[in-house]
Amino acid sequence: MPSISVQSDDFDIAAEIASTRGDNYDVGAVVTFTGTVRDVGGTLTNMTLEHYPGMTEKELTRIAIEAEGRWPLHGCRVIHRYGTLAPGDNIVLVVTASRHRHAAFEAAEFLMDFLKSKAPFWKKETTPQGGDWVDAKETDEEALKRWQ
Amino acid sequence: MQLVYFSRVREQIGLGDELFELPNDVSTVAELVAVLAERSDGYATALSDMTFIRVAVNQTHVGLDHPLKNSDEVAFFPPVTGG
Repeated sequence: MPSISVQSDDFDIAAEIASTRGDNYDVGAVVTFTGTVRDVGGTLTNMTLEHYPGMTEKELTRIAIEAEGRWPLHGCRVIHRYGTLAPGDNIVLVVTASRHRHAAFEAAEFLMDFLKSKAPFWKKETTPQGGDWVDAKETDEEALKRWQ
Repeated sequence: MQLVYFSRVREQIGLGDELFELPNDVSTVAELVAVLAERSDGYATALSDMTFIRVAVNQTHVGLDHPLKNSDEVAFFPPVTGG
């Protein structure tokens, strides 16, 4: 079963890698992806992430179970933060563990592609000029096609 | 039914959630949108272009032709931007 957390607190990447791999020595590859708060123009005060409690966990679990069905994973961990975050803060962590690297890489990318288009989170960027919701990118929808 | 709004939709409607009695002649998401858009300028603005609004029924993504019943939880929100 995948392990899913939706939380306001930060996460410890090294600890998450260790717990996702566990004591399974059949694992030869652990891939992690970390998404962080970007400040392109140097004007970002903070970013607030809103989410849909209940549906968020449900969607992340659904996506992770699908990944486990497609690739032989020994561990699958997803953590997504919500609340107000500062530039450089961690937003999301995906950890996949498998016997070989290809499955771990592909599963991590699959999880992020679907999370981007399906998990109910919304980002609002605040600068000294005020707050504005981040628009979704069409390229995120496009990214799903490679997995069909 | 329970109606839930997020992000820009929540701000335009001015509410995060509300109880709503599903009218007898409303049986799909599209029909519910038409009824809600009549309620105020905020609803009309939020739901004016449904190509930019996503809908979930009972916390699952659905299309505009999805059937509804009064016990459903229906959420309206812009395309998601997590990750």
